[in-house]
Order: sequence, then C-alpha cells, then structure tokens
Amino acid sequence: MAIPAADKMSLFRMMHLMRRFEQGAAEAYAEGHIGGFMHLYIGQEAAAAGSISALNHDDIVIATYRDHAHALARGSSPRALMAELYGRATGLCKGKGGSMHFYDPQNYFVGGYAIVGGQLPVAAGMALGIQMRNEDRVVMAFFGDGASNQGVFHEALNMAKLWDLPIVFVCENNFYGIATDVRISSAYNEIHRKAQGYGIPGKVVNGMDVLAVRQACEEAVRYARQGSGPILLEARCYRYQGHSMTDPGKYRSQAEADLWKKRDPIPRLAKHLIDEGLADQGRLDEIEAEVNRTVLDAMQFAESSPEPAPSALYADVFVETYPGELYTNG
Amino acid sequence: MAEIRYFQAVTQAIQEEMARDERVFLFGEDVGLVGGTFRCTEGLMAEFGSRRVRDTPIAEAAIVGLAIGSAMVGMRPIAELMTMNFAIVAMDQIINHASKMRYMFGGNVNLPLVIRAPAGGGTQKAAQHSHCIESWFVNAPGIRVVIPSTPYDVKGLLKTAIRSEDPVLFIEHEAIYNRKGEVPEEEYLLPFGVADIKRPGRDVTIVAWSRMVFEALKAAEQLAEEGIECEVIDPRTLDPLDMDTILTSVLRTRRAVIVEEGWRNVGMGAELAARIQEHLFYDLEAPVQRVAAADVPTPYARNLEKLALPDADDVIEAVLKITL
Repeated sequence: MAIPAADKMSLFRMMHLMRRFEQGAAEAYAEGHIGGFMHLYIGQEAAAAGSISALNHDDIVIATYRDHAHALARGSSPRALMAELYGRATGLCKGKGGSMHFYDPQNYFVGGYAIVGGQLPVAAGMALGIQMRNEDRVVMAFFGDGASNQGVFHEALNMAKLWDLPIVFVCENNFYGIATDVRISSAYNEIHRKAQGYGIPGKVVNGMDVLAVRQACEEAVRYARQGSGPILLEARCYRYQGHSMTDPGKYRSQAEADLWKKRDPIPRLAKHLIDEGLADQGRLDEIEAEVNRTVLDAMQFAESSPEPAPSALYADVFVETYPGELYTNG
Repeated sequence: MAEIRYFQAVTQAIQEEMARDERVFLFGEDVGLVGGTFRCTEGLMAEFGSRRVRDTPIAEAAIVGLAIGSAMVGMRPIAELMTMNFAIVAMDQIINHASKMRYMFGGNVNLPLVIRAPAGGGTQKAAQHSHCIESWFVNAPGIRVVIPSTPYDVKGLLKTAIRSEDPVLFIEHEAIYNRKGEVPEEEYLLPFGVADIKRPGRDVTIVAWSRMVFEALKAAEQLAEEGIECEVIDPRTLDPLDMDTILTSVLRTRRAVIVEEGWRNVGMGAELAARIQEHLFYDLEAPVQRVAAADVPTPYARNLEKLALPDADDVIEAVLKITL
C-alpha cells in the first residue's frame, strides 16, 4: 500500500523531533541536568519512526534502554519525557526511572528495559495475554543486535512461534553491542536468519530509510495481526553517538561513521518530499522550527519542575501495603 | 473439615481461583498433561483446557517473562517453576524485571502475578536441587515472599496470592507435599503479613517456616517433656513480615531461636535476630540463637546431608543453650 502523503509529513516531523530531543537531552546532560546512563538514538530515527507508524494506537510497543525515540513515536509528551530525564516529579515516571525506563500506558508504550534482551520474554507474555483475550492487537518488540546473543532472545522466539503469538520483533542492528563489533561477538551475523531457525519469517530492511521501514512493518504487522504468528525485521542502521553519553565511540573509524552519515534518514526523506512535490523547503523549515520550539519548551518545563518529594521514596513499590511497612501507594 | 495433603490444597486453591476468575491461568514445565512433577496441578488441564493450563518449554527466564507480560495486559498468571533451584535461572526476570518494574515506571504498572516453586532439601537431591533461598528474594524490595507450611495455610495464602495486585513468589516445599492437614470445606482466604502461632509456650520463642515448622514442633514436644515450653511462630509470609507477633512473643519469653533450612550466613535468621535485638535488646535474657543450614553446598551422602541441614535436635540444642 502506498504511504499517504500526510503520513510522510508526520514521519519527517517525528524523525526531526527525535533528533532534536536527543540533541537537547545531550546539552542538558553536558550541563549536569541529567545523570546516569543515557543512550541517544541519533542516526537510527528511521527505525523507530517507520516501524511504530505502522501500528494502531492500542498496539503495544516495548523497547530497550535506548527508548526516547520510541516513546516520542508513540505520542508521549516531550515535556513528560524531558522531565523524566531531569529526574523531576512531573516526569513520565515521576522521576523514578530516568532515561532507560520510560513507560506510558496511555500510549501503549510499556517500557524501556536496561537488561539486554530482558524485554523479549515480557513481550512474549504480553502477546500471549492478547492472544488469550482474543484482542485485535499486536506487540512490537524492539531489541538490538547484541540481544540476539542472549539466551532469552532464543527462549522468546521459541515460545512466540510455538504458540504463534502476535509479535513483530524489530531488531535495531547498529552493528555494535556497546563497544564490541558484531563481527567479533557473533558467530553468525544474519540476525533475521536466526528467526528463520525457529520457523519465524525474518527480513532485512534498510533502517536508514524510513519509508522502507514503514512499508516492511506494515506487512509485518498485518502478518502478525491476522494470526500468522511472529515475524522478525532486522533494520540495519547506525548510531552516530557512542553507546551512551560516557562513550566517545573511539572503536569505530571516522570513515565508517562518515559513510553512514551520508545515508542520514532525515535529509533523505526531505529530498523525497521535495522531489515528490509533497512539501517545499519552506514548509520543512517551518516543521523544524516548530519541533525546535517543542524541545526547548520541554527543557524549560523540565528545569522549572519540582524534584520528587521525599515522601515519594517509599511510594509505588507495591500496590498493596501492610501495617508496619514504610511503603505507601502512589 | 476435610483432611487433605499439602499438594492437594495447592490444587484446590488454583482450581477455585481459575473457576472464579477467567483471567487466571497457569503454565510451567509439565503442569498440564502430567499434572505437575509434584502432582499439584492434576486434573486442571482436563477441567480448564490447554489454553489456560499450558505446558511450556524448559526455559525458566521466559516462563517468568510470560507471567510479567501477560499480567501487564490484564491476565492473572500463575507461573510454576518446577523447583526453586530454577528460580536462579530466572533471576533476571524475577529481580530485574518483576520486582522493579512498578517502582521504576513510577507506579504506571501493576503486576498481579504468582510464581510458584517448591524448595528444599532433606531427600538427597544434592547441591543443585536442595536450595532454600527465600532470603535472597526477601532482600529485594518489590516482590512478596510467601512460604506456607500446612495444607490450611497453603490453600488460604495461595488464593490471596492469586488475587494480589503485586508480584508474589510463592514457595512450597518438596518434602512436605504429602503431609496431611485439615482444610475447611467452605471457601476461605488468609491474609499476608499475619503470622500463625503453631504452638503456644511461655519459655522460648521459636520462629520457623516451611518444613522447619515441623522440626520446631517436634523439638517443642520433646522439650515440653523436660518442662520447657516453646512458642512456635510461623510467619507464613516473609514479605510482608509480621514482626508484631514475633516481638510480642519474645517480649514475653525473653528468648528467641530462629530456625531456617537455608544457609546461616546472611540468612533470614540474621535479619530476624537483628530486628529482635533492635527492639528488645534490654528485654532479652540471652542472645538470639540461629539454627540454619551449614554454609556448604548441600552434600549428597545421607549422613553428610543430615549434618548439613537443621533438624529438631539442632533446635533442641539451641533452646537448651539459652534456657539452662
């Protein structure tokens, strides 16, 4: 199916929002507003934007610790996300989770998980629940190339196919597991073919081309939704920054980075929009300016928001609490 | 009151809750067709079908992951780990995921799930199949730890666990599945965080749970013949923990012995001893005693295993040490 022009414009806006959000977060991190581990998505925007745009609102997205872009793509408020990064009470998770643990039930974004591969059996469980409740929904589960060497990746794929669960696995293959090149960590690098070993269809898609990702995911989502079982897409992409804010990424050559930056998904889509006569440069500039204002507003909102009250320390460990405990609920 | 076995009380609790609430479902290794390695799920697949009683691959981490994920979308899963030993395989899903998610996601998620697993040694299963590691899980906030000793307790607490809105690790014991006890015909639930006094006594407070309750009761019986009356308290849930009942008892007896099948070093007994002295330091007549497993991997040879694991004789010795 042809991708509607309005959707292409939305993808342009979304990818730009993802990038500006990450740039804003990086600035705030450098200024000391944000602590801990923070993993930027810059360069990989087409993967999350394209795939998530193929979903219905109540389909479920689960992601890794590199989760800012996925929450944005699901429609989470940039203010709430930025405030979470700043560790403020107004954050998406009340400042309890930080960069790696966004969670937005209203938008069916169910987390950022910081143990490589750990979200995959959880994804299988959600898909099992959906299947048992006969709901017309799918789970889209993101993971990185590194996760494909974890045991739970294989456990989850086996169960997903065994019961034909409605899951679209999306591998964001950026070719590095933290600092280690996949070529020295993986015996076999065709991750989509690992799926085939479980009887699951696996395909490669150019993760730097948002329209290609969108197209592939539409097909994959249709496949999973119609009850055919799980499917896996391997989106090959590249992160421009290091693994996290503390990683300068010196293990990669400048030539390699330059090569990938030539394939940058945002100018690529901009050129397509102009070539197809869907927008002129002025319109694209307007979108960029609007997005820039949104991110600045989010940063101002975060900075002016209060820290969590000390009383929040013992809140939300459990739903049900008992006499003599310090825990409170909410 | 009917007299039934511990494993049958487990079955009854699951059966009743599955009949009551269609969101409740059960899965694990060999739980369906064969009815569970310890017969706890016999007849359930026939009654509820293979969707709601599901045999899984041997993949413990993913079994717990299934529980987490299905709970997130509105189911009320009961995951069975064939034994507690395999909880160690699933540790990342239990600790890094189930116990952390509600808090780290700012209260945005409830995880109403139960992980059932039988623990324990005493029948020559050697180092990798004898674990009593409940203290590991009590150490981590965010997951309830329930560890009943009798058929009555296991049924009432399992029903509560299944209705709980939070993750519950429900620890049974392999060596007490065949013990009988009275269970009411009518429905009942038992609350978390309420200890049960299994035997009243004025001289010494013994705190014990799971299989050790029976070693403690045996010891109390023998000590009574010598005129020493022990009060045996079973906390039944270690998280939440009913310290009130324990402290009230110790305040009266002024002596306490903690009995656990797990290792002594940094065990639950150490925590209880610390809490008792924090509250009752000046009321104690003697140091709090710990009876626990020897700090070695559980040996196979019958005589060595007996030396390694605590029993009634060890409890008697500990009691006599602080009463003579």
